[in-house]
Amino acid sequence: MTAATQPTVRPAGLKAPVIRIGVVQWMRRNLFNGVFNSLLTVVVLLLLYKIVPPFVQWAFIDSFWTSTAEQCRAGGGACWSIIPANLRFIIFGFYPYELHWRPFLAMLLLVGLLLYSKNRNHWRRSLLWMWIVGLVVMGTLMKGGILGLTAVESDQWGGLPLTLMLSVFGMVGAYPLGILLALGRRSKLPAIRTISILYIELIRGVPLISMLFMSAVLFPLFLPEGVTFNKILRAQAAIILFTAAYIAEVVRGGLQAITRGQYEAAESLGLDYAQKMRLVILPQALKIVIPPTVGILISAFKDTSLVVIIALYDVLKTTKSALANPVWMGFSPEAYIFVGLIYFVCCYAMSNYSRRLEKELHS
Amino acid sequence: MKLLKVCAVLGILVALSGTAYAGQTFDNVKAKGFVQVGVNGDLFGFGKPDEKGVWRGLDVDTGRAIAAAVFGDANKIKFIPLTAVQRFTALQSGEIDVLCRNATLTLGRETELGLDFAQVNYYDGQGFLVSKKLKVKNAKELDGATVCVLPGTTTELNVADYFRMNKMKMKPVVIENAAELYKAFFAGRCDVLTSDASQLAGARAVAPKPDDYMILPDIISKEPLAPAVRHGDNQWKDIVNFSVLAMIEAEDLGISSRNVDEMLKSTNPAVQRFLGVTPGNGKALGLDEKWAYRIVKHVGNYGEIFERSVGRNTPLKLERGLNALWKNGGLMYSPPFR
Repeated sequence: MTAATQPTVRPAGLKAPVIRIGVVQWMRRNLFNGVFNSLLTVVVLLLLYKIVPPFVQWAFIDSFWTSTAEQCRAGGGACWSIIPANLRFIIFGFYPYELHWRPFLAMLLLVGLLLYSKNRNHWRRSLLWMWIVGLVVMGTLMKGGILGLTAVESDQWGGLPLTLMLSVFGMVGAYPLGILLALGRRSKLPAIRTISILYIELIRGVPLISMLFMSAVLFPLFLPEGVTFNKILRAQAAIILFTAAYIAEVVRGGLQAITRGQYEAAESLGLDYAQKMRLVILPQALKIVIPPTVGILISAFKDTSLVVIIALYDVLKTTKSALANPVWMGFSPEAYIFVGLIYFVCCYAMSNYSRRLEKELHS
Repeated sequence: MKLLKVCAVLGILVALSGTAYAGQTFDNVKAKGFVQVGVNGDLFGFGKPDEKGVWRGLDVDTGRAIAAAVFGDANKIKFIPLTAVQRFTALQSGEIDVLCRNATLTLGRETELGLDFAQVNYYDGQGFLVSKKLKVKNAKELDGATVCVLPGTTTELNVADYFRMNKMKMKPVVIENAAELYKAFFAGRCDVLTSDASQLAGARAVAPKPDDYMILPDIISKEPLAPAVRHGDNQWKDIVNFSVLAMIEAEDLGISSRNVDEMLKSTNPAVQRFLGVTPGNGKALGLDEKWAYRIVKHVGNYGEIFERSVGRNTPLKLERGLNALWKNGGLMYSPPFR
């Protein structure tokens, strides 16, 4: 009360608080501002001291970068040499060695297209055409058989191109399918609604690994003799069907978040169902659900590594395969750190982009 | 994993109730223009891609021999890497024509699973790797030992049987992943590492000091590894069977990929029949007369593929042992080619 009535009068005997800055003060305020926090700080510092110097010693100081496996075994540090020695197999799998430039170009093209599509100013009709042309070129590069390129069967595809292909096409295929399912689940037509609900709940009720397994092991048994579908295609279909069910539920959340007023406003303008959804509802709904959608896309990207179960050689499997060589056996931490970095770069790029997109769309 | 097992059992049941192939595989293969071979993919020395993505190994070369016999070209072949669960359904569903994936020939697989195994291309068996510091000369002295073993394999059951049978005690150390298992063993977590003998050699090769370890002479189980085809397709089975046998017979006759062209001029009637100089064998199998010549020319004899896949100059450094020719005290024996 006194402070309120005499705000400007300083009580006698009290000095103005000293604003203390500097390292010591910062530490006192942020790291040691209580018994519990001080204790925590000490424990964390101790842990870091125990972990970081040995790791740096192992990973950088004692490490080998271009040696042979024997030299690695003699020394005690990290053997990064396993990466350059097996790099081309890890990245390209079974693709014929002399033709590695083709999947390399295809990957560059894909990454280039993705980077170009990042910028919203480029979202025009021409972008669609660029993607179509890009995909045809990529397919031609990978598959060959025309323009004097040697044909390479799809069962020889592997490594990073396979991972990227499964995840990019998985996402691209799953997203529209997921939106359709979400709309279907909220449809007023009982048949469509039931089918959508059945689909979503059935797919969400089984793990991806079992879907892949069915696509690889059970599905061929039901086909007529001699008819076999490409294994990659089967896995790709399983991934799309699986991811779509999850996207559908996320999109449905977005649709529910749109107030009734928006639906009614759209209807009162005389828009039909398709126009209403396309012009009014979906743009708002999809914007709301960007974070969870990206979450699903990231996990879908990482889930592609499950295709090892059906012996497709994605980038994780080629790494494992390189490790099965007795020459390089035992250097698994190095190899897995490398693959982990590849996955991290991709996932980080995705989440980073989603945050930017969110900011741009002011949601 | 449980789910996988259920799926696998389901798949096998479906396979058994469904398609029965009768003598069509050979026609199919000829129409396709290549042989589809199921291989391991992760087993060095048997089926695994090298640094350039080229398939290498004993099973892989067995597949190449079949392609060479059928098409005269060892490269008219597609390798399909398969997991242990997938391998038999892949064969049943027709996804592959022949399975060369270090599969052990057993009575159950030959009958209930509906497979036909051809000539064994590697006789394996379970053994023990120990540190020389233990000063153990044979497996009977391993009473009370801690044993490193992969879980869920016949290996685990075999070693338990063996110790019980010999009234010895053991303490199993079970680790899921082979590489980690080896690490644990070399770090001294257990006294003995048990696995198939061919695997033990590989494990020894990656030891920090390989000379500190030895493989005990005892082999406690029989693991005849053979290529498999679908049951009831006799012509195709004959072709697979004699493709393996041809490599053994070639070694027996002293024919290798290096001297095969000179051997065409040989006066030995057995060699003449084998290489198709005297016709007959090819027609009997439904192949052309040069089939065995091409196997030796493009792939090699059994000794050659053994040496380059798992032999002394490979990291596995395996001795021929049971896989030597019958003349040299092994089990590799081919019936006459006439």
